[in-house]
Amino acid sequence: MTEFIQMIIDALSLGSLYALGALGIALIFGVIRLVNFAHGDTIAFCVFALLWPSIDAAAIVFAGNLPTILLIPLILLLGAGLSVLSEIIVFRRFRSANPATMMIASFALGFVIRYFLLMLYSSRPKSINLWANLSEPIDLYGARVPLLQIVTVAITLGILGLLTLFLKRSRYGLEMRAAAENFTMARMLGVRANRVIMLAFALSGMLAAATGLIVVTQTGTVDIQMGASLMLIAFIATVIGGLGSLTGAVIAAYLIGAASVLMQVVLPLDARPFRDAFVYGAVILTLIWRPNGLFVPRSAKQRV
Amino acid sequence: MATRQSILARTISTPIILTLILLAVAGLSLWVDNGIFTRTIVEVFIRVMIVVGLYTFIGNSGVISFGHIGFMCIGAYATAWFTIPPAMKKYSLRGLPDIISHNQLPFYLSITLATLFAGVFASIFGKILVRLSGIAGSIATFATLAMINTIYSNWETVTGATSSIVGIPRKTGLWTGFAGAELAVIVAYLYAISRSGLALRAARDEAVAAEASGVDIARERLKAFVVSGLILGASGALYAHFLGVLTPDAFYLGLTFISLSMLIVGGMNSLSGAVVGVVVLSTIIELLRTLEKGVTIGAETWSLPHGAQEIAIGGVMIVILIFRPSGLTRNQELTWSGWPFSKPSARPDEPIEDRATEGAGA
Repeated sequence: MTEFIQMIIDALSLGSLYALGALGIALIFGVIRLVNFAHGDTIAFCVFALLWPSIDAAAIVFAGNLPTILLIPLILLLGAGLSVLSEIIVFRRFRSANPATMMIASFALGFVIRYFLLMLYSSRPKSINLWANLSEPIDLYGARVPLLQIVTVAITLGILGLLTLFLKRSRYGLEMRAAAENFTMARMLGVRANRVIMLAFALSGMLAAATGLIVVTQTGTVDIQMGASLMLIAFIATVIGGLGSLTGAVIAAYLIGAASVLMQVVLPLDARPFRDAFVYGAVILTLIWRPNGLFVPRSAKQRV
Repeated sequence: MATRQSILARTISTPIILTLILLAVAGLSLWVDNGIFTRTIVEVFIRVMIVVGLYTFIGNSGVISFGHIGFMCIGAYATAWFTIPPAMKKYSLRGLPDIISHNQLPFYLSITLATLFAGVFASIFGKILVRLSGIAGSIATFATLAMINTIYSNWETVTGATSSIVGIPRKTGLWTGFAGAELAVIVAYLYAISRSGLALRAARDEAVAAEASGVDIARERLKAFVVSGLILGASGALYAHFLGVLTPDAFYLGLTFISLSMLIVGGMNSLSGAVVGVVVLSTIIELLRTLEKGVTIGAETWSLPHGAQEIAIGGVMIVILIFRPSGLTRNQELTWSGWPFSKPSARPDEPIEDRATEGAGA
């Protein structure tokens, strides 16, 4: 029983992390059909902002020393700022380009951000201890789980709730949903294209910042590559969930988290190092079964 | 009525021009005659193989594949298994079957077998992947790459896991590299003008119409997938013999993205685009690398800070894509008749899709 609770919490906290990443990608994809490869590097950028630029091995904590109440909004703002800036400087010029070109442009931008960080901080991973008291285990029905895992799940659920409220209840949310459904029609009905797109980028940047803060608290290290693997999974979750469907992306992210944790337990010992290969295999099978993802938004139906 | 020229006669100028470009690159290396520079040129030839291989599938089918570098990894490790001296692999790669670990194959036989080995895997993965289009197809190929990388990074006794395996004979020289690149260009060209290539491009531009005219999209895609898997396998084998040392992470996201960028900067729907993209981006990369090492102007040595090279490459790529969204060649082939850089394109560069259906997977 205790093991079971442990597993559930593991799956939920891993899934939460993937869900935040997937949402950041899905929000932008929904509005301008851009697969944003720079998202992972935006995550890394936000985390590095905690440190003072130096190429020494030891990390000099800078913004990380601020009180939590200031730190979190600052990092969120930074993520949103970088994301909006990349829209204004780069992506705005690709409005009429095909998706492949946009994708490569976003990759190139990610490359620029990553090596900018390398230039300032060197490629060595650094350790930083943020909110150390969160890693203490607490007792939950007999299972000892780190408080951080529970906080991760709670924060993610909170963010999901706020985002849902924003999308369903506010005027801007309505505009964004309309733009995701049918961009041309939304513009004709008075939705301002640039404003909606910038809003999507800002939200996505904030999600990147939140993801980054959670990852760095969990692992205690910062590394310029840190966003890449997370982005890969988030990206896969977005597609499995059905491109353009935010709910789908979140559910798929939790499913992938659950599948990873489950395979860790059920696979025979010899096969465990290959766990990720099994997860990716499952991804391919899912796509064969449902090429358009598990939850296909109505707007994505192919019309001939 | 005048008889129509055969497709070979109409298009043969493209591979000839590309061969001349490759020869010029090789000639440059002979002219400079510097060991380090020659290695750079060999690397350019291997990049040409990679990107031309990618073009064979991506350009003809229109499905962006992130998975093909995985086949390169398979080819590279296969030739390593065949050619590392038995005395070494008995200890470093204990899990190999006896027939492989007790024998050592000659260079050409080994790269041929490695190419075929990669081709077998390409046909297995291809069988599954070709059923998907659009973004779903791209993600499935991404998953393939990640899968291959996970297996090669963890199978301690067969691939040496993440530690590098050494002892591969370094036999890829300037002319082997040239031959590989040239062969890749010829194979890609022959595929592109073949019946299957034409059918696949028709399916890329108008899937529904092509299907209605009797094109079996999945079958044609599989053919392209295997041809491109073979080219990538061969490039991996040559790369292994070029480096002499292998790690699985050499064949992962970094290489995938840089080669895809070269293809797209050149123009992903044309063979010329693949070659031009490699030559142009490689030149820029080399120039920046030289700057990063430092240039002496007068008495002062001036150099770019570490990382500036990559930042500049990223910036240059973005700028090229802003001004030429369909690549430097505008997706057209280089031919005798008219220089594509000045000729206005006969049709719109890119079909403009209905936003609502875009990305949903055709």
